[in-house]
Amino acid sequence: MNKDKLLFEKSTRGSRTLRLGKLDVPPADLSALPAGSLRQKAPMLPEIGELDLVRHYVLLSKKNISITDSFYPLGSCTMKYNPLTNEAIVQNPGLADLHPAEDDGRVQGALRIMKTLADGLAAITGLPGVTLHPAAGAQGELTALLVAHAHFHASGQSQRTKVLIPDSAHGTNPASAVIAGLEAVEIKSGEDGLVDLEDLSSKLGEDTAVLMITNPSTLGLFETNIAKISEMVHAAGGLVYMDGANLNAIMGIARPADFGVDMMHINLHKTFSTPHGGGGPGAGPICVTEALESYLPSPRVVEEENGLRLDYDSPRSIGMLRGWAGNFGVLARAYSYMRRLGAEGIRRVAENAVLNANYLRTQLSDAYHVPYDRMCMHEFVCNNRKQREHGIHALDVAKRLIDLGYHPMTIYFPLVVSEAMMIEPTETESKATLDAFIADMLLIADEAKNNPEKLHAAPVTTPVGRLDEARAVKQPVLRYASSS
Amino acid sequence: MPFIQNTDSDRAEMLAAIGVQKVEDLFEQIPAELRLKGSLPIDAGLSENELRAEVAELASWNSSMEKGCFLGAGMYRHFIPTVVDSLQSRHEFVTAYTPYQPEGSQGTLTVFFEFQTMVAELMGMEIANASMYDGCSAATEAVIMACNLVRKRKKVVVSRGVHPHTRRTLETYLRWSELEVVEAPLGSDGTTNLEGLLDDQTCSVLVQNPNTLGVIEDLDGIAAKTKEAGGISICSCYPTSLGILKSPGEAGFDIAVGDGQCLGTAPAFGGPSFGLFACAQKHVRKMPGRIVGETVDSQGRRGFALTFQAREQHIRREKASSNICTNNALIALRGAIYMAAAGPDGLAEVANHSLAKAQYASKALSSLANFELIFGESSHFNEFVLRCPIPAAEVNRAIDSSGMIGGLDLSSWYPELGDNALLLAFTELTTREQIDRLVSTLSNIATAIPVA
Amino acid sequence: MRPDDRHYLSSHEWIKISGETGIIGITDFAVEELSSGNEGDLVYCDLPEVGRVLENGETFGEIESVKAVADLNTPLAGEVSEVNTAIEDHLEIVAEDPWERGWMIKIKLSNKDTGKLLSAAAYEEILAKQS
Repeated sequence: MNKDKLLFEKSTRGSRTLRLGKLDVPPADLSALPAGSLRQKAPMLPEIGELDLVRHYVLLSKKNISITDSFYPLGSCTMKYNPLTNEAIVQNPGLADLHPAEDDGRVQGALRIMKTLADGLAAITGLPGVTLHPAAGAQGELTALLVAHAHFHASGQSQRTKVLIPDSAHGTNPASAVIAGLEAVEIKSGEDGLVDLEDLSSKLGEDTAVLMITNPSTLGLFETNIAKISEMVHAAGGLVYMDGANLNAIMGIARPADFGVDMMHINLHKTFSTPHGGGGPGAGPICVTEALESYLPSPRVVEEENGLRLDYDSPRSIGMLRGWAGNFGVLARAYSYMRRLGAEGIRRVAENAVLNANYLRTQLSDAYHVPYDRMCMHEFVCNNRKQREHGIHALDVAKRLIDLGYHPMTIYFPLVVSEAMMIEPTETESKATLDAFIADMLLIADEAKNNPEKLHAAPVTTPVGRLDEARAVKQPVLRYASSS
Repeated sequence: MPFIQNTDSDRAEMLAAIGVQKVEDLFEQIPAELRLKGSLPIDAGLSENELRAEVAELASWNSSMEKGCFLGAGMYRHFIPTVVDSLQSRHEFVTAYTPYQPEGSQGTLTVFFEFQTMVAELMGMEIANASMYDGCSAATEAVIMACNLVRKRKKVVVSRGVHPHTRRTLETYLRWSELEVVEAPLGSDGTTNLEGLLDDQTCSVLVQNPNTLGVIEDLDGIAAKTKEAGGISICSCYPTSLGILKSPGEAGFDIAVGDGQCLGTAPAFGGPSFGLFACAQKHVRKMPGRIVGETVDSQGRRGFALTFQAREQHIRREKASSNICTNNALIALRGAIYMAAAGPDGLAEVANHSLAKAQYASKALSSLANFELIFGESSHFNEFVLRCPIPAAEVNRAIDSSGMIGGLDLSSWYPELGDNALLLAFTELTTREQIDRLVSTLSNIATAIPVA
Repeated sequence: MRPDDRHYLSSHEWIKISGETGIIGITDFAVEELSSGNEGDLVYCDLPEVGRVLENGETFGEIESVKAVADLNTPLAGEVSEVNTAIEDHLEIVAEDPWERGWMIKIKLSNKDTGKLLSAAAYEEILAKQS
C-alpha cells in the first residue's frame, strides 16, 4: 500500500516542493571557492512534490496517539492540555524572526517576557536566582550540580563529591551527577515509599555535596519529612536539590524554598503546558538561593536603569551549556500560560491535578493493587499483583488501553515497584473523561481474569502490532537504504 | 478557570467519592507549617484577548529581521516553506510524547527514521541519531563520545574557528573531567592551524566548517592529519552549506554534527533548534541520544521503534555516557519536512543563492576604499569578515539608520581582530536592494574618511 | 536448587573451578531479571579480550536485554584465557542453558580463595529475600 511507504519510496527524480524565485544578483561562482571544498555526491534526499509531501506527513500524524485525540495519563510526564494560544503567539514575527545576537535595545520585548517568566518561577519556588538557559530538565539538573560543584570548589570544600539519590529517582539524576564530576550514591526508600531517614543519615558526612530529591516523589507521594531531611543535609554541610518534575502538584500550595530546598529545576513542558512535541523541545530553568545565584550559567537577563540586558560575562558563572540565551520559543509559551492563569489559576492547577489523581486512585484500587494506598499527590502507582496469576503483565494492560483509545500510563517506572503502572491524569481532564477511563480500566481487570488472551494479543487496532524490539538491536536497520 | 474543565459539582462528587470534605484535605501530606500562607505575588490571570494584545505589544518592542538583517554567526534567516509550519503544527505531532509505546507512535517514529536517513545523507555518514538539543550540545556530546572511543587519550584539540558558544559549552561540560582542551589557532588566512598540536595523546579534533569567521576549512587535510595521529575527527557544519560544500563524510571525518535551525526554523531569539549528529554504524553503541530502528511485528509488517535504549540514562543511570533525555523532536520534524521539501536540488539552490548574495556583496564591499575583506574574496560561503575604517559598533549604527540590522561586531568574540571587524551574513532572503543599501551606507562612511 | 558444584556472587554470576581454571557465567535468575516484563530477549553481550587480567570482583563486560543492562563481574581474580565466542551472536544459548553451554569466560586463576563467595545454598537464601 502506498500509504505505508517511506518518503524515499515515494521519491521521483526531478520532483520537489521548495523552489526559489529568480536570483536578483549574478549566479554564484563556484570556481571561486577553495580547491577541493565542493561536494562530490549529492545527498539522497527525497524528491517529492507538494501534495504528496503534505499527504505523507498527514498520514503519519494519524499514526500517533496525542493529547488532542486521547486521554494520555502518562505518569511523571504531566501530559496536560497544551493551550492553542501558546502556539499562536510565538508565530508573531517580532518573536520568531528575532536574531539572538541583536543589541539588547532591540529585543526589550523578548527580554521582558523572559524576565516576567523568571520572576514568576522565583515566586512559585521561593528561590530568587533563576536561569532560563537549560535546554531541558536533564540539562537543568546538570546545571544545578555544576553550580553546587563550583560553589564547594570556591569555598574550599572540594572533598564534597557525593550526590545522594533515592532509588526511586529518574535515571537522569545519577547520569547528570557523573557528568558534573560528582559521584552518585543511592539512598533506599523505606517501606512507606519515602526516603529512609536512617539510610540517609548513615550516608551523610563531610563528603556530601548534594541530596537530589524528587518531591512529590515518583511514587506520587509528598516527602512528609522534607523539612527534617533538608535540616539533616544542611547540618552535614550539603545542599538540597529538588527535581521539580512533579511541581504541578504543589505550585501555589507550598514553596520548595520553605522546605529548605537550595536548588531545583522546572520542566516547562510538564508544569507550564508547553507541548511535548514527540520528545522535545523542552526547557529546564533552574531556581536557586541567593547564595548560589552568582554561579548560574550565562547569559542571564538583568534589569538595569535603562532597561533589560543579557549578561554573558558574569565572573563566577559556570558558563554556557548550549547556544544563546535559552529555548526562547518554549519560554514564551510558558509565559503565555502563566499569564493566562495568574496566581489563583496556578493554585487551581495543583488542586485539580491532585483531586483528579486521588479520584482515579480510589476508584481503581479495588481492581488494581496500589502499593502505597493513601492520599497521593498528582499521580499514583499501581501494579499487576491482582492480575499476575492470570499471566498478565503491566505491558499487557498498557497495550490493551491502546485498543480502547488511550495512551497508556507509564509502565515499569519507578523501579522500586515491580511491574509499576504510574497514572497521572493532570488537572485539565474532566470528570467525564476520568469516569470513562475508570470503566475501561475495570473492563481490562475483568478481561485479565476471563479473557487474558485478549490482553496478550493487544494492540490490534494500531497500524502495527507488538514489535520485535530485540530484532531492532540484533539486526540494526537505522536508516533507509535503497534496495537497488 | 482557564483550561480546567471540572465544575464545582464535579469537584463535590469527586471529593465525596474520595471520602474527604474539601480540597484542602487532599493536601494533608504536606505539613501545615510548610504550606503557603496567602497567595503568590503573581499578577491576576488574563483572558485570551488580553494576552494576545499584551504579547503583540511586547513583540512590537523587538526589531524583527524581516526588514533586512546581516546577522548570522550560527543562526540564519532562511526561507521557510509553508508546508513546514503547517505540517509540523499538526496536533498529533505537537502533543504526543516520546514514542515509548511504538504501536501508538508510528507517526513520530517513522519521522525520526526518515530524519536519521536524511541527516546521514546530508553529512555523508552511515548513520545519524534522532537529534540533540542544538549544535553546541551536539558538538560537546561528540567530543565526549570520542573520548569513550579512544579511552586512554586525554587531549581535545578545538579550533578557534569553532563557534564561541560551542567552545564555552564544551568548557562547561569538561570542567570536571580529566580531559584537557587545547585551542588550535587560526592562521592569517583564517583557517585552522593544527601544526604541532597532534600527538599520541590527542583524543579528538573539533573544527567547524565554514568556521565562525566564515572561512571554508581544509577538511580533507584536517581529517587526514587527525587520522594519522590516531584521534577522532569531528566536524561541526552548517547544514545549508552542504547543498554545495563537501560533506564531513566525503572528507573522511569520524563524527559530523551541526545545528538544524537553518533547516526550516526561525531564529526565535536563539531557540529551540536541534542538533544533528552522525557517525559510522560501528560506533552506534557509543553514540548519544535517541535512535530509531526498523523492525517487524508478529505479522511481519514493517514498524519502527526506539532502539539501543540500553545506552541511555533511564536504563544505564550513572553509567550512561550522556544524560540527554529528549531529542528536540518537534524541531527535528521541521528539519525533516524542510529537507524533504527541498530535496537535493532545492538544498543546492538555497546554498547557491546564499553564496551568490554573499559574493555579490563581497565584491562590492571590497572595492570600497578603506574597507577590506580580511580573509579575501574567495575563502567564504555566505558570511565573511569585513575590516572597517571605524569601529564595527559605529558601522552597525549607520546600518541601523538605513532601516536595517547590521552584522556582528566581533570585538568581544575575537578581540585579536580589533574593534573594526564586522561579520556579515547573507542568505537567499537577502535582497539585492538590501545589499545595495548596505554598500551605499558603507561607502558614505568610506568617503567621510580620508584615504590612508 | 542451583548447582552446588560452583560458587556465586550476589550480583548473579557463578564460577566453577576446575584445576587452575575458573569458568564464569551468569545464573538463571539474572537471565530472568534482565528479561522481565515480557520484552525479554538478551540482545548484546560485551566480553573481554583474552589476556586481560582481572582483579577480584572486577567488571569484565556487560549484558543487555532490550530494556535492561547488567555488569558482568568476576568472582575471582585471574587472566582471561578463553572467551565463549559462540554466545556472542546467539545469546539465546545463555537464556536456554546458563549453567553449561552459556558460560562466558574462562580465567587462569591467580587465587582460589573462595572464602568470600556464596555457596549455592547461601545464594538461594539471597534470592528468597529478593522475591
